[in-house]
Amino acid sequence: MAAREEEPGEVTRDRPWIMRTYAGHSTAAASNALYRQNLAKGQTGLSVAFDLPTQTGYDSDHPLARGEVGKVGVPVTHLGDMRALFEGLPLTEMNTSLTINATAPWLYALYVALAEERGDDVRKLRGTTQNDVIKEYLSRGTYIFPPAASLRLSTDLVTYAVKHTPRWNPMNVCSYHLQEAGATPPQELAYALMTAIALLDSVRDREEVGVEELSRVVGRLSFFVNAGIRFVDELCKLRAFVELWSRLCAERYGVTDEKLTRFRYGVQVNSLGLTEQQPENNMHRIVLEMLSVTLCRGARARAVQLPAWNEALGLPRPWDQQWSLRAQQILAYETDLLEHGDLFEGSHVVEARTREIADEAWAEVAEVLRRGGAVAAVESGYVKGRLVESAAARLRRIESGEQVVVGVNRFRDGEPSPLVTGLGESAVLEVDPAAAEAQIAALVAHRQGRDGAKLDAALTALRQAAETGANILPASIAAARAGATTGEWTDTLRAVFGEYRAPTGVGAVALSSGGAAGEGVQALRVRIARLAEALGRRPKLLVGKPGLDGHSNGAEQIAIKARDVGFDVVYEGIRVTPAQLASAALEEGVHLMGLSILSGSHLELVPDVLAELRAQGLADLPVVVGGIIPVADAERLRELGVARVYTPKDFELDPLMADLVALLEEVHGVS
Amino acid sequence: MASADLRAWTEAVRGADRQAVARALNLAEDRRPEARRELASLLELLGDAGGPRIGVTGPPGVGKSSLLSSLGHALRARDLSVGVVAVDPSSARTGGALLGDRARMTFDADDRGLFVRSLATAGEGGGLARAAADAVQILSAGFDRTFLETTGVGQSETAVEHAVDTVLLVVQPGGGDLLQFIKAGVMEIPDVFVVGKSDQGAVAERTFADLKSAIASLRAAGVAVGAPVLSVSAHDGTGVDALIDALDAHAARLAPTLSERRLRAAAARALGELLRLHGERGVAALGGGASLRQRFERELAGGLSVPAVVEATSAELTGG
Repeated sequence: MAAREEEPGEVTRDRPWIMRTYAGHSTAAASNALYRQNLAKGQTGLSVAFDLPTQTGYDSDHPLARGEVGKVGVPVTHLGDMRALFEGLPLTEMNTSLTINATAPWLYALYVALAEERGDDVRKLRGTTQNDVIKEYLSRGTYIFPPAASLRLSTDLVTYAVKHTPRWNPMNVCSYHLQEAGATPPQELAYALMTAIALLDSVRDREEVGVEELSRVVGRLSFFVNAGIRFVDELCKLRAFVELWSRLCAERYGVTDEKLTRFRYGVQVNSLGLTEQQPENNMHRIVLEMLSVTLCRGARARAVQLPAWNEALGLPRPWDQQWSLRAQQILAYETDLLEHGDLFEGSHVVEARTREIADEAWAEVAEVLRRGGAVAAVESGYVKGRLVESAAARLRRIESGEQVVVGVNRFRDGEPSPLVTGLGESAVLEVDPAAAEAQIAALVAHRQGRDGAKLDAALTALRQAAETGANILPASIAAARAGATTGEWTDTLRAVFGEYRAPTGVGAVALSSGGAAGEGVQALRVRIARLAEALGRRPKLLVGKPGLDGHSNGAEQIAIKARDVGFDVVYEGIRVTPAQLASAALEEGVHLMGLSILSGSHLELVPDVLAELRAQGLADLPVVVGGIIPVADAERLRELGVARVYTPKDFELDPLMADLVALLEEVHGVS
Repeated sequence: MASADLRAWTEAVRGADRQAVARALNLAEDRRPEARRELASLLELLGDAGGPRIGVTGPPGVGKSSLLSSLGHALRARDLSVGVVAVDPSSARTGGALLGDRARMTFDADDRGLFVRSLATAGEGGGLARAAADAVQILSAGFDRTFLETTGVGQSETAVEHAVDTVLLVVQPGGGDLLQFIKAGVMEIPDVFVVGKSDQGAVAERTFADLKSAIASLRAAGVAVGAPVLSVSAHDGTGVDALIDALDAHAARLAPTLSERRLRAAAARALGELLRLHGERGVAALGGGASLRQRFERELAGGLSVPAVVEATSAELTGG
């Protein structure tokens, strides 16, 4: 494995990776202020977090956007928002990562339109659009259109960007969320390659694309990976990535130029393993995980962003993010790491493990291709099923203590943490609710100030491009200039492509994946059978994910576990409105509703669900809520009538199920 | 329950009042004896008339739910209300079930004209939930079209025949299922064949052709297969309207004899339930299947419901 920029016999100091923080909230103006602060602290790139309405193609005032505006990122609804977001920041001098997928062509169009408006040379724009919708179907959930249409839009962006903004990374194949969804290292590697293959095949199959352009696309593809706490495995995974990527480029696409086939990746280390219990321990986890992507010069990340220690508690504050940034700076600037060549070159141990991971991953890639490739394997639910299974296995290992999590299933007793005690809610960030109102007012004013005829013409042209198969980008950039909004751009395409609901994957998971039932599970089955006798039918649980949050891993594991202990479970997947949930509860005749909300919008969404239930005559239906819910919010939810509130510390599923059964026993007077 | 309340409830079910329908379906699932009696009264008041009942069956993964979703949308576009009973497998070990089909069914929460209830098979052999037929009867009293989606083709899947008027079998392009159907004797049941996922091009066309020739050869061998074969894509909507027309055509053919057909089917269900409760000995002690069937048809024609006649004959047997 060749080290970067290294002369024979001499080792030059490696350049530090780009240090970013995934950030954005409230409004474009507020986020702009945050970016300026972060750059002043020595951050060397921007990573823009968009709010869920922007990610799923809704304007801030759409009913589905309620509670989500400015919550997990910044709302960008039109060119004016993009202007405010980058006010005073020189676009051609920065490296900006836009974490955006289903609406990536649109946000890229806004960025390009802004650069043009400022008189910048767009060929100098540097940055990244994530633009990987495949993983959205598998874990993150912010897809909009059916897979084939999504792939076409991704391909449009890639081919346009390579031609017009040659320094832009138009697609960041993102396996990060696959690990969050439970992927093992070989699975993460395999499904990332599967996604890259889908995109590159689609580029190659375009008539207008020649060999040279295909090579350029290969050269611009980048990856965004995860790094978990088993950091030796992770380190080997990245070495395997380097090897398999160049093999794939050569064997499948005939691209052998080392400059083009170099595996370029950014990383966000694992959030899945961050704990609510003894949250200060998370900083150690974050640092160790960072090592796996930085130690090997031959497989070193180009850009690193670290989560904050308190992510399992709520939204991190600027100070929390700064603490993580400092860890990167110490590693890059204080230590001697960058002075050395590849530390593990020639290590038999590392090479053998790398080989194992590479072989297992390559076999899984072959399996996916045998099943018709990424799109088919998504539509059939195959990949999703594998991930859900892996996640269930991981939870089982933690619950049984086989996989140690310090402060959670070992070494639980400790001193109270001064970082959280006594601080109450202030240990996390609170988003000002007035920000959403301001955002909506500004959007309404923007709509009124536009030239209606120009806008209509632009949207008509956009629709035609979508229908005819012409590249969507020129019409999108024109629509951006004409003042179109995120919702209008997406609605125009929705009318052509339709919307999609992805397989939930839970049905595909065999019961045996839960392993041999322990005593706890057996006891629960008996109690549920007794409940069933008393109720006249088996207790039925509706697991719901209201709002736009697509992080469904928790809801899926709850659904599977509830089935295993004997509930009848209705799970409808993500992005279900409160009205739909209440409707389903009535139609399905459920005894209990469980809501999972990870975006922090519980105080908006839960009351809506309760109101809809009352409207359906289901005021008495017990409702429980799980999510990243601060203590004070939990209290408010209970006051509103929520029967139970669960947070990440309630990770053990057996006691949680026992609690649900006890709740039903109490409600129905069964002892 | 006072009979005035029961009548009001019945009327609300006929009017497709969502809360009334939901309560009635809860009752249909309820195994407690007092609930069975209440269900019998409700079903008797409700009667066995009501809109067309269509069974949708086929192997797992063939796209039944997606097909139902497109059918539902197309019917709603024609301003026809739609009820769906989706039967999912339960685990024999835990009894629990994951009812996932709703996720494939894109629906509008404000649309009062669509109602979906999923049922777990709850250990019942044959892949058909015990309550499914009663649920179909309840929904069809208030909805213009009622669908029963079952878990796939199994040995006792033929039970679906007794719960609906029309059976629609969905097969998958290139699935190699054809031979299995013929072997399993399933081919004789469907009233309409559908090759799903017709957007899959050549493979779908070949399956379509295979199915047609298989049916032709069965006919030549003297097997009665009267079903049309259609090609439908739930993905782009191709063929959905033609399928609705084919279903309507079948319903129209049945219309003159529909009540008789439903009566016979109800008697068959009652006999099946009795057999499940008391086994062959029990049936023999009551005079044997043929005579029981005749008796059931008579009693059902007189206005009794399936749970009522089952309850009455069971009582004779147990001396209650």
